[in-house]
Amino acid sequence: MTIAVLALQGAFAEHEKILNALKIDTFQIRTKADAEREFDGLILPGGESTTIGKLLKDLEIFDVLKRKIENGLPVFGTCAGLILLAKDVVNDNRKYFDVMDIKAHRNAYGRQLGSFEAISTFGNIDNVPMVFIRAPFIESAGEGVEILSVVENRIVAARQKNILVTAFHPELLPDYTAIHQYFIDNIIKK
Amino acid sequence: MSENRYELNKNLAQMLKGGVIMDVTTPEQAKIAEAAGACAVMALERIPADIRAAGGVSRMSDPKMIKGIQKAVSIPVMAKARIGHFVEAQILEALEIDYIDESEVLSPADNTYHIDKTKFKAPFVCGARNLGEALRRIAEGASMIRTKGEAGTGDVVQAVTHMRAIQSGIREIASLREDELYNKAKELAVPLHLVEYVHEHKKLPVVNFSAGGVATPADAALMMQLGAEGVFVGSGIFKSGNPEKRAKAIVQAVTNYNNPKVLAELSEDLGEAMVGINADEIEILLAERGV
Repeated sequence: MTIAVLALQGAFAEHEKILNALKIDTFQIRTKADAEREFDGLILPGGESTTIGKLLKDLEIFDVLKRKIENGLPVFGTCAGLILLAKDVVNDNRKYFDVMDIKAHRNAYGRQLGSFEAISTFGNIDNVPMVFIRAPFIESAGEGVEILSVVENRIVAARQKNILVTAFHPELLPDYTAIHQYFIDNIIKK
Repeated sequence: MSENRYELNKNLAQMLKGGVIMDVTTPEQAKIAEAAGACAVMALERIPADIRAAGGVSRMSDPKMIKGIQKAVSIPVMAKARIGHFVEAQILEALEIDYIDESEVLSPADNTYHIDKTKFKAPFVCGARNLGEALRRIAEGASMIRTKGEAGTGDVVQAVTHMRAIQSGIREIASLREDELYNKAKELAVPLHLVEYVHEHKKLPVVNFSAGGVATPADAALMMQLGAEGVFVGSGIFKSGNPEKRAKAIVQAVTNYNNPKVLAELSEDLGEAMVGINADEIEILLAERGV
């Protein structure tokens, strides 16, 4: 199994480390040719969604990945990745992949002083440590979206078919692999 | 500052990695920077080249100007406080700034002490010329480091020197025997646990960007290949002939820093670069402030 990690900007190296610890092969997408390779899953890491979104288009990677996601490629977006996948972002008129039936709120907890940590559940997994950095949350989700985590009455993780998103950053906890394992077991292998 | 807050602040720097942080002086420039793909902006009244030209005392920017930029963009906004000026830092924290740069580009407010950054909730980035400076700033609570370079010159030579010094300092510590670490900590005037961290992980405990004199996509890629995790561009963008195009090219160059073919395309037809001054021909070396 090979998982590609979008490596245009942000915390992509951290995702690779976790996947490599799970004995998964990875490679980085930085060009259109990288995006056109064959792979079984895709990770859209945390970072700045405006920066990553802009680079996706400038480097002509966008159309290739959008087509693959629409054709069922398993994709996992964290934080900025959630924004890139959402069909609707309440406080931003920029649109990116536009594939998941969620209404997201960008920088929803305010500036850096609003960043925080929490422990909550994710689907059937208890005691999941969650790090939120200038994070978004999901204001509402359409039918067909499975809600996986709720923190302080806000949806912070969800899944729709081949798409998994978290508002928090599992990649920032190098020893915690459960969320990546969920992506592999429940989305890629199914 | 709680340990938890320090971790969150280090984590924000993780999210900036692979990105370009641009100096801006107006909301319009901030919007240009965001549209070009900047991962954050540094709000300041005058860019370093103009600070250098104007001379005199250079201070924290007007909060009104900073607020204008915070309103204009959705990416993180940073601002500079003078070295040792903890009240300027308190004011910036009250503005909910995303990152405070305790910067040698402004006139130092204290010739001996840096700000005790552990007393703040807001994160700090500090400049460094070598590993000792970097670790001393981290010991004081900095959650991100950048090379000092020589700001406002468009001459990358000092940034290169500083990045090489930091990287070779790391390699040296990595190669030491464990029983040699204490003496190294003493030599560098830094806490032992930071030297132990570098010995074990072969890297700084925080994100390390490059700054000071970056003017072209090739400069940015050079710094990345030398080990920078991202780049600050100060005067290089808005002192050039075509800021939009140059900003966009530098952002793409940082992503594809290892791909000369892409870099060649990006370097084409960018218009006039900022007029440089040789770092060894200038009288005031900003990098010597705060060591």
